[in-house]
Amino acid sequence: MTTQADVLIVGGGGAGCSAALHLALRKVRCVLLERGLVGGQASGVNYGGVRQQGRHPAELPIARRAREIWGRLPALIGTNCEFEATGHLKLARNATEEADLVAYMEVAKAHDLPLRMIGRNAIHEAYSWLGPTIVAGSLAPDDGVANPRLLAPALARAARAAGAVIRENSAVAGLAHDGAQFTVQAAGETFRAPALLNVAGYWGGEVAAAFGEPVPVSPLSPNMLVTEPLPYVIEPNLGVVGGNVYLRQIRRGNVIFGGGRGESDPGRPAARPLPHVSLTGMNLALELVPHLAGAQVIRSWTGIDGEMPDHIPVIGPSRTTPGLLHAFGFSGHGFQLAPAIGAILSEILLDGRTDVPLEPFRIDRFGPQDPLHG
Amino acid sequence: MKLKRLAETARPVIAFVLDGQPASALAGDTLLTAILANSDHVRRSEFDGGNRAGFCWMGACQDCWVTVEGAGRQRACTTYIAADMRIVRS
Amino acid sequence: MTDVAIVGAGPAGTRAAEVLVRAGLRPVVIDEAPDSGGRIYQRPPRGFTRTDKTLYGFEAAKARALHAAFDALRPHIEFRPETLVWNIRQNILFTSHAGDMGEVPFGHALLCTGATDRIVPLPGWTLPGVTSLGGSQIALKAQGCAIGHRVAFVGTGPLLWLVAYQYARAGATVAAVVDTTAFTTKLRAMPGLLRGGATFAKGFYYVGWLRAHGVPIIEGATPLAILGSEAVDGLRIRTSGSEQQIACDAVALGWGLKPETQLADLAGVPFAFNAAQRAFLPQQDASGATANPSIFLAGDGARIAGADVAELAGARGAWAIVAARGLAVDHGEVTRLDAALARHGAFRSALDAAFPFPARLAATMPDETILCRCESVTAGELRATARAGTTLPAAEVNRAKALSRIGMGRCQGRLCSPPAAEVLAAALACPLESVGRLRGQPPVKPIPIMPRSPGSAP
Repeated sequence: MTTQADVLIVGGGGAGCSAALHLALRKVRCVLLERGLVGGQASGVNYGGVRQQGRHPAELPIARRAREIWGRLPALIGTNCEFEATGHLKLARNATEEADLVAYMEVAKAHDLPLRMIGRNAIHEAYSWLGPTIVAGSLAPDDGVANPRLLAPALARAARAAGAVIRENSAVAGLAHDGAQFTVQAAGETFRAPALLNVAGYWGGEVAAAFGEPVPVSPLSPNMLVTEPLPYVIEPNLGVVGGNVYLRQIRRGNVIFGGGRGESDPGRPAARPLPHVSLTGMNLALELVPHLAGAQVIRSWTGIDGEMPDHIPVIGPSRTTPGLLHAFGFSGHGFQLAPAIGAILSEILLDGRTDVPLEPFRIDRFGPQDPLHG
Repeated sequence: MKLKRLAETARPVIAFVLDGQPASALAGDTLLTAILANSDHVRRSEFDGGNRAGFCWMGACQDCWVTVEGAGRQRACTTYIAADMRIVRS
Repeated sequence: MTDVAIVGAGPAGTRAAEVLVRAGLRPVVIDEAPDSGGRIYQRPPRGFTRTDKTLYGFEAAKARALHAAFDALRPHIEFRPETLVWNIRQNILFTSHAGDMGEVPFGHALLCTGATDRIVPLPGWTLPGVTSLGGSQIALKAQGCAIGHRVAFVGTGPLLWLVAYQYARAGATVAAVVDTTAFTTKLRAMPGLLRGGATFAKGFYYVGWLRAHGVPIIEGATPLAILGSEAVDGLRIRTSGSEQQIACDAVALGWGLKPETQLADLAGVPFAFNAAQRAFLPQQDASGATANPSIFLAGDGARIAGADVAELAGARGAWAIVAARGLAVDHGEVTRLDAALARHGAFRSALDAAFPFPARLAATMPDETILCRCESVTAGELRATARAGTTLPAAEVNRAKALSRIGMGRCQGRLCSPPAAEVLAAALACPLESVGRLRGQPPVKPIPIMPRSPGSAP
């Protein structure tokens, strides 16, 4: 059986589901193919940070655009995915780290990102539960948190309601382009369309390689843990300069924190946290918030994301194949961006333009790659 | 819920403190037994507010965690009472 | 590196250690409890004075023998009591003991992780005064307490009758024994049950004793709710169309046992659906070997078969490890064990048929029932994930967990996953096995955040 569509989307993460939604809202016939369940990897099992602060300057225009969408998710998809603008507080543990925060104030200003520095005395006054090693912080009040388990399934449901075809448990078995149309084999069926979106996370590298443009993408599995519910006191989403630990408390009381990397086997696919990394993460969390001493960790997890050597994603048109658009390799911080990625991809496809500069994300920025290792 | 002691009642009495109030248990009691011999619950559900008093008695259900001053969070059914322990229920 | 690690010092772990020591090995034996014996032969704290006969009844001789065997082994093994194995990766067990984190590297590991009660949540089951059936037995055996003054026992299986009998013998008031299995179902399984010999006869003895002593016995009943607002004040049940209330201040619930398979899962052992036990179980061969060449399984932690089988399976698994290590195997002994295990297998099948898990009771529990007691998620909330709400419907339990938080709490679905799977499968009108099973996630049980220097684990 062959299904003809306008756009095929490979990958049911936040970016792919958002693309399906934005395309369907503009009456484009699109089919999303997901190997497992939507949001099964990086999009669904990430930390849940909705953070603009600290991003690479090139990502900030997308992050600003995404933040605007996060604010109107209920109207767009019928749920806020537990998004809450709790503020994101990035912490410095020494003078060098503090200088980093100060330097970023200029970047934020250039992108109209609200951000303010908080000095040592003020920060311990405002957040009495912070550990003594904290010397300063910068607070982005518009940033926040959301429940990552909800976003992709909610986007997918809304996309389906708008007319998109969402196919789960449909691993792509073959990809081809005949000069005019893409042909994709999945779940025993054939799908054809003149446009293809490669939003396949880590596996986006395989899709790109299939069209002759391999990139140096590697698997990334953030190591994450959660405690039993504790009295709610930690309102802002916490990060540190250097990023070796990040921590937030949800209103239900559980403290979610991460740091370091787990292990993965993208071929199966499977990923799991590493015990030593978990123990180190517990230490780092304790340094940030000493009252966590004695609290019980009840669960740990990870998933698989794609990481690029320069830690920013590949976004934009293929250099080899007309009608092919890439958006993958979000390097561990794509969750916040996801709602905007779909909007941007739909604009490129339908309008031939988007208002976000994508030059820094072009796929050929890494130079020639060994096709065997793409 | 109040437990009914049926046997082994000749053990030495141990004094402890439950939520700031003096209480007594028998040597060999778990925290779960000690608390439920004095009171009707062990904790409160964080989410539905209901009283809980453990369930499995074998360290599986995790529904009897309490705080022991100086010793942090302890699972009541697998921790034994000691003299002058100060137990705080959530 | 430790040659062999045994997780669990119950019947399987004890007999396994015995074989390994005989073969010249010095295993590390780890248990969460302060002493050996497991749950079935749990030893009371020091200073308790009741006799083995009082504590273990017909099983007193077995309990004594098992405890004696373990005590004799102590100089020849490394016993680590009060120690949780919270994770397993490659050939390392990760342990937690009084807040201290440790590691036990091993060549081979035998997982004898035991079982917990299999529960069907009822409205009111989170009330103080409601315990698992096994919990009610531990209260009596290890603490000398009844869980209340008038106790109702609800569920099915041999343990239901045993614990009710033990309570009555100890002087507690048994308000009723409510068996969800109809007498006719048990009757149909009679030919197979007769193979159980002594085990079967004991079951009859308990039922007969309870009847003779005027304990109300209700078979084929449907428990509807545990009543009370702050504490239990009754139990409502339905029998052949009519409802009745039983006055009680405590209720013990249990429908047989379910294996503690979390470590096998984390060790990468493949699971397969077992229709008789309505559960996904780790796959093992008759010797306890698994697809992971370092991991062996024995006892109720692998599949429910009871303490006698656990003793045999522990010894058998240990011999498999002895063979895997290239040491001398007593083949006569192995043949004897294999024959004994095969005999018990037939009786076990009959027990599964005689005391089935009440899948319908679970699947039809009222929407307001708290299904996941850790996260306070109701059956209705789980059912809602099976329908399209603001997200895609959950076609399997892991997505249902992601959307509803079921099984996400401190116990990680230990209690709620079997009934949750029944509820979800019924809501989706699909076979139980197609909703899958919750993926295991470390830690197996909660571990504390404690100040420690990085890399300080021994």
